[in-house]
Amino acid sequence: MLNGFLRNSKVRIGLGVFAAFLLLALLGPWFVSAVMHTTPRTIDYDALGQPPSAKHLLGTTLPGSDVLAQVIVGARGSVFVGITSAVLATVIAALVGVPSGFLGGRLDHGLTAFTNLFLTLPSFALTLIIAGYVQGAAWWVIALIIAAFEWPGGARTLRSQTMSLRGRDFTVAMRMLGESKTRLVFAEVMPHMTGIVSAMFLRACVAGVFAEAALSFLGIGTTGSVSWGTIISEAQGQSAILNGLWWWFVPPGLCIALLGTATALVNFGIDEISNPRLSAANRKLMKRFRRAARTAEPEVAR
Amino acid sequence: MNEVLLEVDGLTVEYLSQTGSVKACADVSFTLHRGQILGVAGESGSGKSTLITALTRLQRPPAVTSAGRLVYHSSDGDKVDLLTLSERQLRAYRWSELAIVLQSAMDCLNPVMRLGDQFEDVLRYHDPQLTQRQAWERAEELVAMVGIGSDRLRSYPHELSGGMRQRSLIALALACDPDLIVMDEPTTAVDVVMQRQILAQLLQLQDRLGFAVVFVTHDLSLLLELADQIAIMYGGRIVELGSAREIYTAPKHPYTRGLRDSFPPLHGELTTMRGIPGSPPDLRTPPSGCAFHPRCADRLDACDQQIPLLRPVGRNDVACLLYEETP
Amino acid sequence: MTFWAALTFNFLIPRFMPGDPAATMLRRIQQLTGQAPTPDQIRSVRLFFGGARENLPAQYLHYLNDLVHFRFGLSLSEYPTPVSDLIAQALPWTLLLVGTTTIIAWIVGTALGAYMGWKPGSRFDAIFAPTTTFLHAIPTFWLSLVALWAFAFQLGWFPVSGAYDPDVPYQINNLWFLLSILKYGALPALTLIFIGFNGWLFTMRNVMVTTVSEDYVLLAKAKGLPTWRVLFKYAARNALLPNVTGLALAIGGILGGVLLTEVVFTYPGLGHRLYRATVDHDFPVMQTIFLLITLTVLIANLIADSIYVLLDPRTRDEA
Repeated sequence: MLNGFLRNSKVRIGLGVFAAFLLLALLGPWFVSAVMHTTPRTIDYDALGQPPSAKHLLGTTLPGSDVLAQVIVGARGSVFVGITSAVLATVIAALVGVPSGFLGGRLDHGLTAFTNLFLTLPSFALTLIIAGYVQGAAWWVIALIIAAFEWPGGARTLRSQTMSLRGRDFTVAMRMLGESKTRLVFAEVMPHMTGIVSAMFLRACVAGVFAEAALSFLGIGTTGSVSWGTIISEAQGQSAILNGLWWWFVPPGLCIALLGTATALVNFGIDEISNPRLSAANRKLMKRFRRAARTAEPEVAR
Repeated sequence: MNEVLLEVDGLTVEYLSQTGSVKACADVSFTLHRGQILGVAGESGSGKSTLITALTRLQRPPAVTSAGRLVYHSSDGDKVDLLTLSERQLRAYRWSELAIVLQSAMDCLNPVMRLGDQFEDVLRYHDPQLTQRQAWERAEELVAMVGIGSDRLRSYPHELSGGMRQRSLIALALACDPDLIVMDEPTTAVDVVMQRQILAQLLQLQDRLGFAVVFVTHDLSLLLELADQIAIMYGGRIVELGSAREIYTAPKHPYTRGLRDSFPPLHGELTTMRGIPGSPPDLRTPPSGCAFHPRCADRLDACDQQIPLLRPVGRNDVACLLYEETP
Repeated sequence: MTFWAALTFNFLIPRFMPGDPAATMLRRIQQLTGQAPTPDQIRSVRLFFGGARENLPAQYLHYLNDLVHFRFGLSLSEYPTPVSDLIAQALPWTLLLVGTTTIIAWIVGTALGAYMGWKPGSRFDAIFAPTTTFLHAIPTFWLSLVALWAFAFQLGWFPVSGAYDPDVPYQINNLWFLLSILKYGALPALTLIFIGFNGWLFTMRNVMVTTVSEDYVLLAKAKGLPTWRVLFKYAARNALLPNVTGLALAIGGILGGVLLTEVVFTYPGLGHRLYRATVDHDFPVMQTIFLLITLTVLIANLIADSIYVLLDPRTRDEA
């Protein structure tokens, strides 16, 4: 099954980009200090708000920091919040969705109502309000707040998946054999959902990065640490636009977009595998056939 | 009655795939006369449904018609190969000459349009002079022919019963007075009683309106009652073609014999029923030679090397090496 | 139901936050006005932000009662303007921006998606699919920045901030005023549409691909109906349905994007108001805007649901 996923080029590219960013988040700060011999806050007084050059590959900010160093270190700030919120959101989704789908009954009713409630609440506005109250919180608090409003979609998917798995023959058979429900869930149901859960996790990661960036942009994200959102926010705050310092705010946004694209690619790849009609491969075959038919035509004497 | 309506000649349909193509219909040829009912029988995977979509040029990618001719004789004497027409030219033939009834009535009606609207749009497209009112009146006539009340035209498909949907599809096929209707297992989705009723209605209508039918099913016994001519398909090829009576009383091909013996006889006493051992071939890796040879009780040495051609044997056409030496 | 939950959230959040928001607020009122808050003010602040001597249920009832009578308290940053006044000024702009961009983006995305899904793998599809994937992943506020920099500052095609020309009299029946709204709103709106249509396009494309292989589409083709008729009346008409449901679910996210875009373009809507309120710790404004957004989302949901019922006869019987 995993092999099937990896054979899809979209999944491969997407996961590759994702892994690259993960690596950047892990090793970035070390790279900046050890190889580039600088920090995101080091000020180069000879280059204030300079465009990209050999010395500063992505130029400098108005106060004279290296944009590349900021973007690399910012990857950690963004990706960590993204991943932490995604882990939390996935766990909550699993804790709500799986029992709800597996046990059914009144518990299911309650949990479904709860999920739907969160699903319709305008999560971003709510995140904003709460983050507004706890301004200047540590990065993990931000991650927690983001996660608190990100789980409902996943919980709904997991619930319906669990419900369909519960009805399958093998789980029914196991139940007849008197397996405990907890064991069933962990040993039989969960392993079948790795695909969905990982897709969900990826999506939550990017949503987390997006939300963090948006909060930081509004100046109510983490304080002190650097993330892609804070870079854009600082650029906006210090009139980068007015002064035409595009190299300041363009790279972090592109990084976010790239990460988002990567996740989208993985998800499309998974969709294509589960629904082959979405794939463009058929069309390619038809085209090849028609081309072959056209070139073969002269030989088929009429 | 003996006027030719459709000549199918060497029709071949392939399913393309990354690893090579699969021939779902190979070298299918037959001639259909006006007002005739041709039954096509075969197991699932024999290529009979593919044949239906190929006849109407409705096959979806990755299926392509790679060879053959489909010569249609219009009532004014014109002959045209449907395969060479452009999609636009073909549209003139669709429904007014050549209609189709598909397998699953459930999925064939647009769920968001009233039944009457689905009559109206085809009626008014093929006869632009028709007013909306006239179109609905005609639709009422049509559904009445299959025993559906005119009030049902205001219903949405999901409000109709399975049998009603199936009958309204037949009524829909008759809308533009076609000369040929192809039907793909039109009665599999309904119960036996309804099946009888629909077939009786169909025969009655066919008698009255005189259209020709290509009727595809896995149920040979049904065809024995219904069809004038029967084609037996196996592994994408026609292995035997003959009148219903001949197929019933004197089947030639070992597969036809097996197929006939696997149904209880229509009349007379019950003899032993036999199945055909083995399962239909995987068309991705078709057996060499005659596709039936691995399951055939009467196989000859050459059967796994030579693909037999359809040739006259007695009153039928048979594709089997058993009859090659003594035609 | 959801609205009630939002109300309750709104009631509970300040009460469970670290510190005492009410005390902070009272201090600020004192700073702003230069005099101790009146008992009446204290009561209203406590009511919204906790710390009152009454027990929670009694506070809650009071709070609901105030809301029912549209008493949202006074703004802190622009003390003593009532919150409702500030909101009333901002709301029309946001509704204008959200309404027009969502509708245009939905129509553009759905139409393009239908076309792409009709012929998956066509050249159009092959070029558009990767492009939209990328566009869809761009954060709205960032694109707003880039657009502002490129089209307003560099090229000077659009004004850089605001929602209307301040030199034109503020009259709704003045044509020049209306035209200036169009001119000032164009860049934020185009940015939002540019990002917004991609999501619709994808859902529509994928649903369309599946719908096109439904039997009723095949039958419509067999009927000899012209291609556009099959495309619209049979395929797209059915493929549309998930996109209508999607509209209801997406509206919350869309609002989030609009709020941020407003901040970038200093567009005087709710988003801008909310941003200012957050920066100034103006809690009454924040709370009220949140309630309003929830309400908007719910109304949008209701509209989308009723459109769905109109479009799908199968849901009508169940209702």
